Amino acid sequence: MTDHIIYMDNAATTATRPEVLEAMLPYFTQHYGNPSSIHSVGRDARRAVEKARQQVAAALGAQPREIYFTAGGSESDNWAIRCASRALAAKGKHIITSQIEHHAVLHTCQYMEKQGYEVTYLPVDENGLVSVEDVKKAIRPDTVLISIMAANNEIGTIEPIREIGKVAHEAGVLFHTDAVQAVGAVPIDVNDWNVDMLSLSGHKFHAPKGIGALYIRKGVKISNLIFGGAQERGLRAGTENLPGIVGLGAAIELAVSELPEYTRRLTALRDRLIDGILKNIPDVRLNGHRTQRLPGNVNVSVRYVEGEALLMRLDLAGVEASSGSACTSGSLDPSHVLLAIGLPHEIAHGSLRLSLGNDTTEADVDYVIEKLPGIVRDLREMSALSAENSFQP
Amino acid sequence: MYSEKVMEHFEHPRNVGEIPDASGTGTVGNAKCGDIMKMDIKVENDVITDVKFKTFGCCAAIATSSMATEMVKGKSIDEALQLTNKAVAEALDGLPPVKMHCSLLAEQAIHAAVEDYQKKHPKE
Ligand SMILES: Cc1ncc(COP(=O)(O)O)c(C=O)c1O
Repeated sequence: MTDHIIYMDNAATTATRPEVLEAMLPYFTQHYGNPSSIHSVGRDARRAVEKARQQVAAALGAQPREIYFTAGGSESDNWAIRCASRALAAKGKHIITSQIEHHAVLHTCQYMEKQGYEVTYLPVDENGLVSVEDVKKAIRPDTVLISIMAANNEIGTIEPIREIGKVAHEAGVLFHTDAVQAVGAVPIDVNDWNVDMLSLSGHKFHAPKGIGALYIRKGVKISNLIFGGAQERGLRAGTENLPGIVGLGAAIELAVSELPEYTRRLTALRDRLIDGILKNIPDVRLNGHRTQRLPGNVNVSVRYVEGEALLMRLDLAGVEASSGSACTSGSLDPSHVLLAIGLPHEIAHGSLRLSLGNDTTEADVDYVIEKLPGIVRDLREMSALSAENSFQP
Repeated sequence: MYSEKVMEHFEHPRNVGEIPDASGTGTVGNAKCGDIMKMDIKVENDVITDVKFKTFGCCAAIATSSMATEMVKGKSIDEALQLTNKAVAEALDGLPPVKMHCSLLAEQAIHAAVEDYQKKHPKE
């Protein structure tokens, strides 16, 4: 057992950083004004919101007026897809996305299908990469939106967003990217990337849960998500989540300033963990692209064992991770991402995601490399499946 | 989400393994769904004298396998055929609703092993 919990589930959520919390605290009790109030308490709050908007814009290479605060990644994805395609309904009703998007995108696209839209779900290769050529070929005269994630939350593969953006731009099709996993992990420039809309979520980079933003390029037509007051240029009504917005601004500024060091440090830890696992455990495969992947993401499939059992054994050893097995997804099928990269069901059931973060140390990584082989050996000893016996009754 | 009893059986499963000269064997489930249970039983004078399991599956699948083997060890084959998934789940202080199918697999695996024994040793 370790003396501390080794949290390797940073792709699920991160701890709010002390510096971020400190920046937020005065906005609960001291500067608690409503940013829409015209008195001085309200004006203080307004200034804080606009400062955060600048911080988010600077992190993305955007203009502050192009940043709209939301309640997180899911809301941003819903808004972008539902309301931008609706605003373009006169042009057509075709949307292009990929098979490995987060459910916030996939389920929204399924909803659009019920609304009479046609959706093309592009396949990915064995590394989880979307083909730029496929995107190009899928574009039709009635295509109104392309939505491809910047980086995958399960297998960590980083998509060729700039190249897809170029194709979309040349065809004059609106381009949205779910960058929830990419912000704070890879450099982003909305102009260089040619994206028209970009979703982000604070809790993935040490801001609190329930705060996020949607970047909407100036000139993009999008309808209201929430009707009411004039907040967020009248497009997203509701009194602002003031402390959350302040935290989002502080966290994104810190994340971007530390990005080079974060990338260098986490990439080294990630590769140490990948190599350590692959070297010490037989019949394990890495899921996702070997190099074109998020600095903190490790995802492996361990043959002949089931992911939830693996997770719980790791939890008992003080290591917190996640899995794409059916048992953890709450459905009968393993993760759609693992199936999309071509894994058979029984191998997908044995997947394990270890997502490293700011607090991960080399000692933590070495502890996992030391513990995991024994846990796998144990579970394999009691497994009905093995190299000799992979029967399918 | 799991009871302490489930976690205890998951951490320290009883009767793991195989019986080389088993009197009967039952295998249920399939890898596609993420659970396979294999049960071996040794029967002497219609009494299950030994039972071992091998399970590919989640926590609940492993814990229900372990509990089911404990519940039938030393019992007659007729008693083993009366084992129900509800009894296995209750003995584990309950299972989350989505995991009840694991207890059903345990029941089916025990029944399949006994039926295999009966097929190999038909009564005159
Ligand atoms: C790629 C991706 N998109 C969207 C979301 C949803 O974000 P939120 O939890 O802020 O709604 C997540 C987080 O789980 C994610 O990883």
